[in-house]
Amino acid sequence: MAKFDSSRIKRTDRIQKLIDDLYADMPEVESARAILITEAYKATENEPLIIRRAKAFQHILENIPIVIRPNELIVGSTTLKPHSCQTYPEFSYEWLEAEFETAETREADPFRVPKKAADEIREANKYWKGKTNFDLATSYMEPETLKAIEHNIFTTGNYYYNGVGHVNVQYDKVINEGLEGVMAKAAAELSSMEVSDGNYCEKSRLLQAIILSCHAVIGYAQRYANLADEMASKESNPVRKEELKQIAVNCRQVPGKPAKTFYQAVQTVWFLQQLLQLESSGHSISPGRFDQYMYPLYKKGIEEGTLTREQAQEYIDCFWIKLNDLNKIRDGESAKGFAGYGLFQNLIAGGQDTEGRDATNDLSFMCIEASFHVPLPQPSLSVRVWNGSPREFLIRAAELTKTGIGLPAYYNDEGIIPMLMSQGLTLEEARNYCIIGCVEPQIGGKTWGWHDAAFYNMCRPLEFVFSSGMDNGEQLGPKTQDVLTMQTFEEFEKAYQEQTEYFIKLLVNSDNAIDRAHAERVPLPFLAGLVDDCIKTGKTCEQGGAVYNFTGPQGFGIANVADGMLAIKKLVFEQKKVSMSELKDALFFNFGDCTPDVVKNNIAGTVTRQMIANGQKIAPSEVEKAVQAVIAAGTTKEKVKRYEEILSLIDDVDSYGNDIEEADMMARDMAYTYTKPLRQYKNPRGGKYQAGLYPVSANVPLGVTTGATPDGRRAGRPIADGIGPMQGRDVSGPTATANSVAMLDQSIVGNGTLLNQKFHPSALSGDDGLNNFVDLIRTYFDMKGLHMQFNVVSREILLDAQKHPENYKYLVVRVAGYSALFTGLSKSLQDDIIARTEQGF
Amino acid sequence: MADLELLNQTGRIFDIQRYSIHDGPGIRTIVFLKGCVLRCRWCCNPESQNYAIETMVQNGKEKTVGRDVTVAEVFETVEKDWSYYRRSGGGLTLSGGESLCQPDFARALLATAKSKGMNTAMESMACASFEVIDSILPYLDTYLMDIKHTNPNKHKEFTGRSNELMLENARKIAESGKTNLVIRVPVIPTFNDSVDEIVSIAQFADKLPGVKKIHLLPYHRLGQDKYEGLGRKYLMDGIVPQDKEHMEMLKKAVVNNSNLVCQIGG
Repeated sequence: MAKFDSSRIKRTDRIQKLIDDLYADMPEVESARAILITEAYKATENEPLIIRRAKAFQHILENIPIVIRPNELIVGSTTLKPHSCQTYPEFSYEWLEAEFETAETREADPFRVPKKAADEIREANKYWKGKTNFDLATSYMEPETLKAIEHNIFTTGNYYYNGVGHVNVQYDKVINEGLEGVMAKAAAELSSMEVSDGNYCEKSRLLQAIILSCHAVIGYAQRYANLADEMASKESNPVRKEELKQIAVNCRQVPGKPAKTFYQAVQTVWFLQQLLQLESSGHSISPGRFDQYMYPLYKKGIEEGTLTREQAQEYIDCFWIKLNDLNKIRDGESAKGFAGYGLFQNLIAGGQDTEGRDATNDLSFMCIEASFHVPLPQPSLSVRVWNGSPREFLIRAAELTKTGIGLPAYYNDEGIIPMLMSQGLTLEEARNYCIIGCVEPQIGGKTWGWHDAAFYNMCRPLEFVFSSGMDNGEQLGPKTQDVLTMQTFEEFEKAYQEQTEYFIKLLVNSDNAIDRAHAERVPLPFLAGLVDDCIKTGKTCEQGGAVYNFTGPQGFGIANVADGMLAIKKLVFEQKKVSMSELKDALFFNFGDCTPDVVKNNIAGTVTRQMIANGQKIAPSEVEKAVQAVIAAGTTKEKVKRYEEILSLIDDVDSYGNDIEEADMMARDMAYTYTKPLRQYKNPRGGKYQAGLYPVSANVPLGVTTGATPDGRRAGRPIADGIGPMQGRDVSGPTATANSVAMLDQSIVGNGTLLNQKFHPSALSGDDGLNNFVDLIRTYFDMKGLHMQFNVVSREILLDAQKHPENYKYLVVRVAGYSALFTGLSKSLQDDIIARTEQGF
Repeated sequence: MADLELLNQTGRIFDIQRYSIHDGPGIRTIVFLKGCVLRCRWCCNPESQNYAIETMVQNGKEKTVGRDVTVAEVFETVEKDWSYYRRSGGGLTLSGGESLCQPDFARALLATAKSKGMNTAMESMACASFEVIDSILPYLDTYLMDIKHTNPNKHKEFTGRSNELMLENARKIAESGKTNLVIRVPVIPTFNDSVDEIVSIAQFADKLPGVKKIHLLPYHRLGQDKYEGLGRKYLMDGIVPQDKEHMEMLKKAVVNNSNLVCQIGG
């Protein structure tokens, strides 16, 4: 007998209605949370911080407006308007006020900010001046760190401005024991303490705060129960009336008490999912192995005859929609980097159980089915692939990929499990891993992974090798050897390594400063109750209470650095076809095009510095004149002609991503320049740093602030995506690309790697197409690749969607670590996706 | 171990394409041999037709089409995807041009693949003496054979040659039982895309012993720019590819009039 029922299930009419309502309007910013948290903080000035946090959480949950939307079966909304957001002034707020006017018209992820809400938020924000997480983090950073951030060598903006999130909590415990179980555990811990214990003060207050937060959540569910009853009493449609009554029953039961049914378990998971995000503004709170922890109640319902597969599917579909109801406003720059309103709630199906047996069940298939039914960006659906994965499951996943939704992402158990064990997890824990956010593996319920800690632009130190650490006329990096005196490629490599290691240190300084600020300013008591071992240790996650602690900043731009390094090695040092001085000029003058701001600013800075050194007066008109003179001298006809020759010579050098050993080995070495030095560093929670290699979609905006690179990439243009080859240079097909990428040592990249591939739908046509597609993934995974994801959509469709966005409201494409609505992306990112080589032909 | 003599055999190719997934089982690498006996008007690889090395303009750049290589050199690329073949049951596919125009090279490539345990396939019109074909069959797992038309005159008009030899060879290959023979039909508007013409091919194929599958390959124009690049005129200018409904209708006709399994596309 088969271990699972994989038959397809039809979507109900309710689901389309819910989807339509969700996207009927532009998302809005609401003011309730900002007002309530400010009130609560003002009323609790002299209390311990953790108690203040819990009381603020309670005040919010008791007073924030609640709503049950038409047709909903799973309830709990953070905002009155669908798909809208609250604000979190305790983390940061200045950027938000500055963008009230422009948020509605900006290209990436626009939001409407109604005047009344803007005024109320502004009023509340006054209280937070100098008191935010951002303020404290800044004061912890060294001046050179702040300089490096200002110059876009790396960005740590994610947690600098916002909550951390990036966690998977003990959904299973709350389903089985209810929050009452969590409270009982905290109470028992409290009663085991003596008031004379050295850590009594802070630990007892944390335990009290956990209990208070759980009460607050139960009270919030109670409000929904009352609202449902009230609506039921007025409802004339008998079917809806019964639905509302059932909602009331559910909300009286969960999440306080154990879920009795599958339906209630879905409601439990949703309340946790929603309220963890309301507690802090952290994103990437990931439901993880939903098909595993939901299975016992599913099985029970089916066996007892109290649940049909069709009902279960509808509850799951409704949960999928709720995951898209949450939203978050980011600052304009970050919005470009995370484009697509993404909250990166990663949910993973399939894989192994803790004892190494295949864990695929009915729900694994129903998770895929839900993404067929609800083709929206959330959740970030993932599937685990291992040597024992049922073929049928992988083929179903491939069928979903074929729809062009960009889901699921595929993860390799055979690579990830040993990697996690090398970080100290037990075999059983490693086998039970889930994925957080984009691509970050961890054991759920006991890890504070600080994944996504920074974007580190690997191309910037390469620029600094040519300028000996100068940027825009400022000495930013170390003064490495003058490139013009370099005799060997090894000297060049050494300088690059030196620049890299210097900036990695500053990155660590920045992350640790922010990490400390979170511990001191915004510890999260509700979260602490749901992650081991916070109750035992008496510390929140931010304070180091989790069993496993990491910090995972990700580097990107391997392809550009590798191709550039190989070009330098070949053309300058081996073949001597281009002199170092010519190459330096070509890059400085962006191969003859000095119009991008990043080029002009660098020239202006350099010129100004020279003028100061010469004792000249610095008048703007004088500087401008000097800049024009420098540009004119650097871009004469002969010089531009030579730059074009150089570009064409670079073009002829082999590129990473085409299964050419020399180019791929270069990429492997360049990945090491970032991944290896990071491993020596520790965070304030006692955890280790681990590298990630992926840019989400930051490769586009951070490309804008990066000068020309020796791989022939022009200044301001996007940097390569993920760990894949540079866009357009992967001309040898997907197997060659996969072979090349597998050459990188991914086993030490604990924070995850990302390989995007773009396929035309016809490459997946027929049974052969699907089977071969699955075998492509399997083979890449045989070679220890960790992750693979696909855009399957035609170029024509994308171009048409750019022209007529109104016809493509629901067009989802895979962008880096997540799926996004294509029409919501900025034009440049859209172009980038279109430009990716179409493979398979 | 592959025979050294085989590895040193040279031949002329114009392309190698990896991750080919619709030309034989599994994930495959196609080696395109240069030179062809026919001159099909719709040919999407016009640069394959002449044996001589040519210059073709592509994206504004001149490109040399055709190079002489040894079997060993070809396998340097082919073997890069070994792990994909193992996973998927794929391997090497020869295409062209007409591979049989270089019989010694084709045989050496296929024999080398078999000696390494690799699955083999060949796309071919079987336009050569049967002795030549027969010497290759022991090394060929799947023969993807084109049959374009059953009418000799029309065949000659559109491809430059009559079809008697090819149809005769199809029979002999099928009767030999040495390879899995699959019939493929490029479905070309104005040439063979009527129900009667397709059914006639299907009925011929159905009578071949052991043949179970027929592929209908829809016409496409992806090769059009190459004619210009070679300084040649595209004789099919203005011919529009069939719509999906038409292809489905032809498929239905094949299924109704034969015992063959029919698929659209390779």
